[in-house]
Amino acid sequence: MRLASFAFGLLGLFGLSLTIAVPAQAQGTTYTTIERGRYLVNAGDCASCHTDQGGQAYAGGLALPTPFGIIYSTNITPDRVTGIGNWSEEDFYRAMHNGIRRDGKHLYPAFPYPWFTKVSRDDVSAIKAFLNTLTPVRQENRPTKLFWPLNEREVVAGWNELYFRDGAFVADPKKSEQWNRGAYLVEGLGHCGACHTATNVLGAAKTTENLKGGDFGEHWYAPSLTGHLRDGLGEWSAAEIVEYLKTGANSKSAAAGPMAEVVKNSTQYLSDSDLNAIATYLKDFPVEKTATQAAEIDKQDLSRGEALYVDNCTGCHMENGEGLTEVFPSLKASSAVQATLPDTVIHVVLAGAKAAATLSKPTGLAMPAFDRKLDDKQIADLVNYIRNAWGNHASQTDAGAVSKIRKDVENGGG
Amino acid sequence: MVTKLKSVDVVLVGFGWTASILAKELADAGLQVLAIERGEFRDTVPDFATTHIQDELRYAVRGGLFENLARETLTFRNSFDQTALPMRHLGSFNPASGVGGAGVHWNGQNWRFLPTDFNIRSHTEARYGKNFIPADMTIQDWGVTYEELEPYYDKFEYLCGISGQAGNVQGAIQPGGNPFEGPRARAYPLPPLKRSYATVLFDKAAKEVGLKPFPCAAANTSQPYKNPYGVQMGQCTYCGFCEWFACGNYSKSSPQTTILPALLPMDNFSYRTLCDVTRVNLDSTGKRATGVTYVDVQGREFEQPAELVILCAFAQHNVHLLLLSGIGKPYDPRANQGVTGRNYAYQITSSVNVFLDNNMNPFMGAGALGQAVDEFNGDNFDHGPLGFIGGGYIALWTTGGRPILQQHGAPEGTPKWGSGWKKSMQENYLKSASVATHGSVMSYSGSYLDLDPTYRDAYGNPLLRLTFDFHDNELKMSKFVTDKAALIAKAMNPRSTKINYREGHYSILPYETTHNTGGAAMGADPKTSVVNRYLQSWDVSNVFVMGSSVFPQNPGYNPTGTVGALAYWAVDAIKTKYLKNPGPLVQT
Repeated sequence: MRLASFAFGLLGLFGLSLTIAVPAQAQGTTYTTIERGRYLVNAGDCASCHTDQGGQAYAGGLALPTPFGIIYSTNITPDRVTGIGNWSEEDFYRAMHNGIRRDGKHLYPAFPYPWFTKVSRDDVSAIKAFLNTLTPVRQENRPTKLFWPLNEREVVAGWNELYFRDGAFVADPKKSEQWNRGAYLVEGLGHCGACHTATNVLGAAKTTENLKGGDFGEHWYAPSLTGHLRDGLGEWSAAEIVEYLKTGANSKSAAAGPMAEVVKNSTQYLSDSDLNAIATYLKDFPVEKTATQAAEIDKQDLSRGEALYVDNCTGCHMENGEGLTEVFPSLKASSAVQATLPDTVIHVVLAGAKAAATLSKPTGLAMPAFDRKLDDKQIADLVNYIRNAWGNHASQTDAGAVSKIRKDVENGGG
Repeated sequence: MVTKLKSVDVVLVGFGWTASILAKELADAGLQVLAIERGEFRDTVPDFATTHIQDELRYAVRGGLFENLARETLTFRNSFDQTALPMRHLGSFNPASGVGGAGVHWNGQNWRFLPTDFNIRSHTEARYGKNFIPADMTIQDWGVTYEELEPYYDKFEYLCGISGQAGNVQGAIQPGGNPFEGPRARAYPLPPLKRSYATVLFDKAAKEVGLKPFPCAAANTSQPYKNPYGVQMGQCTYCGFCEWFACGNYSKSSPQTTILPALLPMDNFSYRTLCDVTRVNLDSTGKRATGVTYVDVQGREFEQPAELVILCAFAQHNVHLLLLSGIGKPYDPRANQGVTGRNYAYQITSSVNVFLDNNMNPFMGAGALGQAVDEFNGDNFDHGPLGFIGGGYIALWTTGGRPILQQHGAPEGTPKWGSGWKKSMQENYLKSASVATHGSVMSYSGSYLDLDPTYRDAYGNPLLRLTFDFHDNELKMSKFVTDKAALIAKAMNPRSTKINYREGHYSILPYETTHNTGGAAMGADPKTSVVNRYLQSWDVSNVFVMGSSVFPQNPGYNPTGTVGALAYWAVDAIKTKYLKNPGPLVQT
């Protein structure tokens, strides 16, 4: 109510100048289309990649490290020289639908057009209508730093040939409207699979592994969103999925790292009906047990890990690993903790983490970094304990793996 | 060269408890609010992280969270026939520097004052006669009543998530609570903390001597909590590192754990750190503030214009700024005239150490984990035959068992050093506790703050000068309450006890409490107060003063609960009265 009345006051004061500030292209577009576009831009989490740390919103410039080098996100403000102010609606649709720039060159699939291709024409138009209302920012795009031959954009044509199928979302008539809405958001604009699906050596999502968990890079592992009982959403109720996406946390887990950004910039703004649709779609994946290499961990290492846990972690996560409901996340039965790769847990222990600060949970509770307090061996023991205590099961890690992640984390946050 | 900045609606001097409350409430009302803080920005992670915060040497002994006395200090003397000297070491009280202020390093002992504390002069005169109050005792009624403040006490307690047992809900006395407290609208938001063994023994002993012990209200959360701003707190781990430390577990109420997450993202709020406010600027009439002048960390001087200037710094610093800015007539103790600097007071404490047979495990503690009795506080007992005014609570606190500064010493007769001392410490560390008294200090014409005639700060401004000593009234009161504490201590069946009376002159060196009050006293009469009942300057109506500097004298309780209540009370008046019709809220 506060925000509403405050914004209303501002509108009253500056309503006139606002209308003048809207670029020419936005004229004739209805308010509801622009607002729908704003909602969709949030749903697509455009801000997380297209805004640099400390930079102007949507002006791009954020470095996106890939195994093939660095790609910088681009300026999508309506600046006519450096942004997309000169792009027609058709140009913009081609980028979203086919991954082709206004000049006809290919976009790299770091821009998730393999997912955005499913977004309807109508929604893409609304997105463009909203982007047209942004304040133009004059900021040149930074050239990519990719290895040859990937620095040649023509290479992407071959990649597309192999891995990209354009085509709008096709509803499954056997499923409910709610399920189809969820599928449209998850597999399209939400581009969940961009992180949560394993990729092949050329960085393409493996279609057979859709949403079964993926390595985000930077030592964050995006856990399975399918029905895996241990490291997926098999044990989550639909309501828990909704709560997580709306607030950043539920009784089972709290978003950290890149997912905290997603919740903060994107999913918290989704309507309850869309969140329920997403949950309906995700909960339709069959429940399955994860084949695990049950870790054979040295008993002494485990008990050292337990001692470290009691000394360093129980204040918040409690001795039973269950944390404090609604405050500190549970480690017991957590899919992030038991994920295929231990990277997320090691990353969080080394660098700490901050929960997403959302409108409904503004606190942004944080965990401190333990990189100066615990050495590699201690962290390995601790992580092995956490991943295998209280009924948890996950693969084993060692001091060497921690050391590598420590180096990466210290050299720029992972 | 002074750079003039763009005007804001409200400038807050300091960014601790009161500034955070005012900022949130005024930003919610749609105003453009700016807080200017002399220290650094600090947050739970990384600044208070449990990976390093429980370090007694760094934070308690070396005062890691306190103000840097090489940059700013005050001069001190006991009486005005002495020459005050600048203090290079403060022990008696420890003001903070940095966002969150002393709200970061407090214990969390949260009290309400008694209804009679707010009208102490009229109440004392009515009950004991006009001549009962000594001539040089300058105590006065506050201009606000307990009943008026009650909803605002409630607001602060629900902001903080106070753990406690109500004693009086809407007039109905509650078993297990403090039967002497004023009526409250509802119970505390959280149940009391778990008790330590020593507080269980105290509780039993106090009952044996006919008293009514109760668990102290704590700003240490006994359970997870979500406050009305939506900010979440964890649950206290009883680590024993509250006072002089910051909490790394989100379980001690502070601006960081209760307000800042909801405040900082607001577009119409901003703050500047490492900036010292040196003046409140007045227009040519001297009746209207135009803003403040501050110096940033690079020594650059800025003028920040504002419609409303609210002083939210530590008690003495507010008074210092008022004196430097010429707001209110400076107090002249000889003529007993003027107001700014008048009615400074402190707290008076004492203790009885008890040495017991069983292990107390004092290291499992929390800043406000205590059991207390209130029979001898305020006017809860007949002062007629005793010949003094005021009182204090008696409590056994288990705040922690930190090895350097927080053991309770050794029994009488123990050598002061060497192997005999070590042996005794080893035997008694786990088996000792302390029954403490926490007493009121009245205000006197000889206890005041003014500008030092000799010593100046880094900006060339005169230092603040503190003139203060204990008076017979307080020493007499303290002896009376300490003797009562000794009765409880004895009933705990200890091997031995050691009574530490408070005697002689006040010293600024040993720690007692950081409970400095007065200097910008509130009241109903502009001749004896700096601010009116709404904490608004009588002379400059767009200046408000927060914090314990407005207490006209210091009751026998820790001040923060009342500081919080007064901040909510004042900001409510600003929102509902002042903004509609800027100007004096009380006509003279």
